[in-house]
Amino acid sequence: MSAVSLPAHHEAHGEHTMSVGEFINTYIFSRDHKIIGIQFLFSTLLWFLVGGLLALGIRWQLAWPWSNMPVIGPMLFSAEGGQISPEFYTTLFTMHATVMIFFVIIPILAGAFGNYLIPLMIGADDMAFPTLNMLSYWFMWPAFMCIGMSFLWPPYGAGSGWTSYPPLSAVPEAHPNSGFPQTMWLLGVTCVGISSMLGSVNYMTTIIQMRAPGMTMFRLPLAIWSMFITAILQAFALPVLTAAGLMQLSDRLIGTGFFLPEGLSVNNGPMATGGGQPILWQHLFWFYSHPAVYIMILPAMGMVSDIISCFARKPIFGYKPMVYSISGIAGLGFIVWGHHMFVSGMNPLLGMTFMVSTMMIALPSAVKVFNWLGTIWGGQIQYTTPMLFALSFVSMFIIGGLSGVFMAATPVDIFIHDTYFIVAHFHYVLFAGTAMAVFGAIYFWFPKMFGRMMDENLGKIHFFLTFIFLNGTFFTMHILGAVGFPRRLADPYDYETFKHLLPMNQFMSICAILMVSSQIIFAFNFIYSMFFGAPVGRNPWGANSLEWFAPSPPGHGNFDAQPIVYRGPYEYGSPEVDTDNYPQWIPPPADERRRVAPTQH
Amino acid sequence: MGRFWSLLFLLVPILGVGTFVWAMAGWWPMHGHWLPENINAHGGVIDSLFMFILVLTGVIFIATTLAMFWFMWRYDGGANRDPVAFTHGSHTLEVVWSILPAATLVFIAIYQMNAWADHKMRRPKLPSGEMKPPLAEVMGRQFEWRIRYAGEDGIVGTSDDVQLVNDLHLPLNEEIVLAIKSADVLHSFFLPNLRVKQDVVPGMKQYVWFQPTKEGVYDIVCAELCGWGHYKMRGRVTIESREKFNTWLSQRAIEQNQAGYTPEPVESE
Repeated sequence: MSAVSLPAHHEAHGEHTMSVGEFINTYIFSRDHKIIGIQFLFSTLLWFLVGGLLALGIRWQLAWPWSNMPVIGPMLFSAEGGQISPEFYTTLFTMHATVMIFFVIIPILAGAFGNYLIPLMIGADDMAFPTLNMLSYWFMWPAFMCIGMSFLWPPYGAGSGWTSYPPLSAVPEAHPNSGFPQTMWLLGVTCVGISSMLGSVNYMTTIIQMRAPGMTMFRLPLAIWSMFITAILQAFALPVLTAAGLMQLSDRLIGTGFFLPEGLSVNNGPMATGGGQPILWQHLFWFYSHPAVYIMILPAMGMVSDIISCFARKPIFGYKPMVYSISGIAGLGFIVWGHHMFVSGMNPLLGMTFMVSTMMIALPSAVKVFNWLGTIWGGQIQYTTPMLFALSFVSMFIIGGLSGVFMAATPVDIFIHDTYFIVAHFHYVLFAGTAMAVFGAIYFWFPKMFGRMMDENLGKIHFFLTFIFLNGTFFTMHILGAVGFPRRLADPYDYETFKHLLPMNQFMSICAILMVSSQIIFAFNFIYSMFFGAPVGRNPWGANSLEWFAPSPPGHGNFDAQPIVYRGPYEYGSPEVDTDNYPQWIPPPADERRRVAPTQH
Repeated sequence: MGRFWSLLFLLVPILGVGTFVWAMAGWWPMHGHWLPENINAHGGVIDSLFMFILVLTGVIFIATTLAMFWFMWRYDGGANRDPVAFTHGSHTLEVVWSILPAATLVFIAIYQMNAWADHKMRRPKLPSGEMKPPLAEVMGRQFEWRIRYAGEDGIVGTSDDVQLVNDLHLPLNEEIVLAIKSADVLHSFFLPNLRVKQDVVPGMKQYVWFQPTKEGVYDIVCAELCGWGHYKMRGRVTIESREKFNTWLSQRAIEQNQAGYTPEPVESE
């Protein structure tokens, strides 16, 4: 953390050595949004590594089923002689999804970038509630502990899928891993929920109340708009998940029957009190988790818009349609959850209404794609590493968005539901989309966070390899899905229908291993550049938004002068000035004849 | 380098479409890497809707990714000498590209509804107008499919039922109705070749219907995570002529109900 400069007022005192208490207050239990953001960033990147390795475990089993994993197999599964056991396979995919969703994507977008960028981009000195902000990070730790315990205590890891469908998850006899690890899993997810809730209250208040003079809502960067909408989604959807989680806990621990029908006995276990319905959980779970899908993509879309506009050196195309489409996605996001349940046993009539709403949510996404294409049209594109990642977000999101239409069509979903088609779809949205956008955002804002550039050449190699291998891994999954290849099977090759798909799975696994290996370049670049990267000034990319007005890295309180905002954040190539960027804090030219009348779109 | 990156992005539509075409054509090494053979008289609708959406999204995919490649190539900052087009958007374009996709999407949604209703809501009826009763009941249980046919009384769920595990036989070219249930956790009754999938939920009885059109032995797959043995919850469905089916069923009834009966040795598969 030494690359983060000391808060500015400390430097003013001259020779000042930190006491242990001050160190703890500054870097550990910090109330500064930037330190909290960086804490979130480091924690989530470490979990990203864990989640990636879990994915390789899954890929190993699918490519070389029941064969001993070299080197690590004997260490992890000595009892099975180095093989992945079928119950451990369920743990692998459960934990891969849990880690990636709850410990990586949601906290890296809202926690890391939300925290770091919101006050800087709106021109505030910090969040509205700094202590609440600190708590939102430290509530992640009970979650880390719970999931860690779920994993490390026998029988090693929850295995009911990240969706935790009862009765499998609610009845301890149903599964060897459904005892203590499942309880810990539920507690862990609940703690993540508390953390997100604290964060979302803070983001909403900060964005509404603490904008710099002149920063109207329609002068906010799209990254901030998307985080604002995301915070609203979290605030409204999370209570449902928390309630559902507690209901499932009480089904497990004190014998209630919210999700269990009368007389249910699994594996000769005791009979359930009953009176409940397994499908109720699915409704409650997806009522949160579908908006959560947008929590996992909207901030990425916002950050990508900023990066694309900056490196196309051109205003974002259709700023207001972009804002409205973010809001449209969020609004529709609350009435589409049933598309996860078309074949669940839910009333098929309801399936029709959910099909219509689901089809309609593709519309705002399409509008966003067209606007991004409109932004690069007629620009002067600079192919920097952040730009390449942002462009790949657009390209990959086109695939992920279009493949969603297949699942939204109910009759087609009958065949491809729970096959690799859906696995391909959400990996295109979440990995090829969000994770690529996150990489881009790290390359883009790294100079602001640490005052040093990341190496561009290494960044481009990292981009190139990741881009190639991610498509090798995930595009082929569409083909598996078309054959009907089901997800979550430890050994699908027992079925006549899927026997011949082994070579393709081996190809995918090799790509996956290479893709994860390519991240070593990123890790090296990240750590090396923190200490030895080329130092930068305030605005290395020639960007427009307010964070580039602050020193790199900004001290405590962010700005050394009060920023005043004169215009929107995307005025690149404006005829009012001679430079190709026209930052928000620069006053308009004194000569009135040079001023251009603002256009409304 | 701008040219290099544009070409890399051009690979997306080329390889994307190429992979799908290759798989559809079944060329080496992707033989059989496409929709498995459909043997349900009502399953063709699902396949043609799949192909319809594939063509539609394919056209949009090719158009958008090619446009993206062209913009990246043409407006590469290293080669492009034109000044930046200082524009904030176009109201007309926004309206056009909102209305066109909206109309297309509503059309897709409405176009699907009839097929959905046929598969999940319009259960076949007897000539008398009553709902067709199920031929058999399939119950998912960790980790097998338990199958019951009606015995002599013609009612499923009585003591003279013919009971089998993982071995479903069905007559050819008839409208089949099956009742599906779960004994313990969620399972999903998935017949890939018959384009049938329905989760089975404890506490609920549901029906699936289809009309097999080809003899043979096909897979029954469990498609909803049901525990550690989920992967091995495999059943077989044998489609055969009505006569063979009747013989087979009465043979099973004899084996099950007559004490001291020794079955003749049968050839293994």
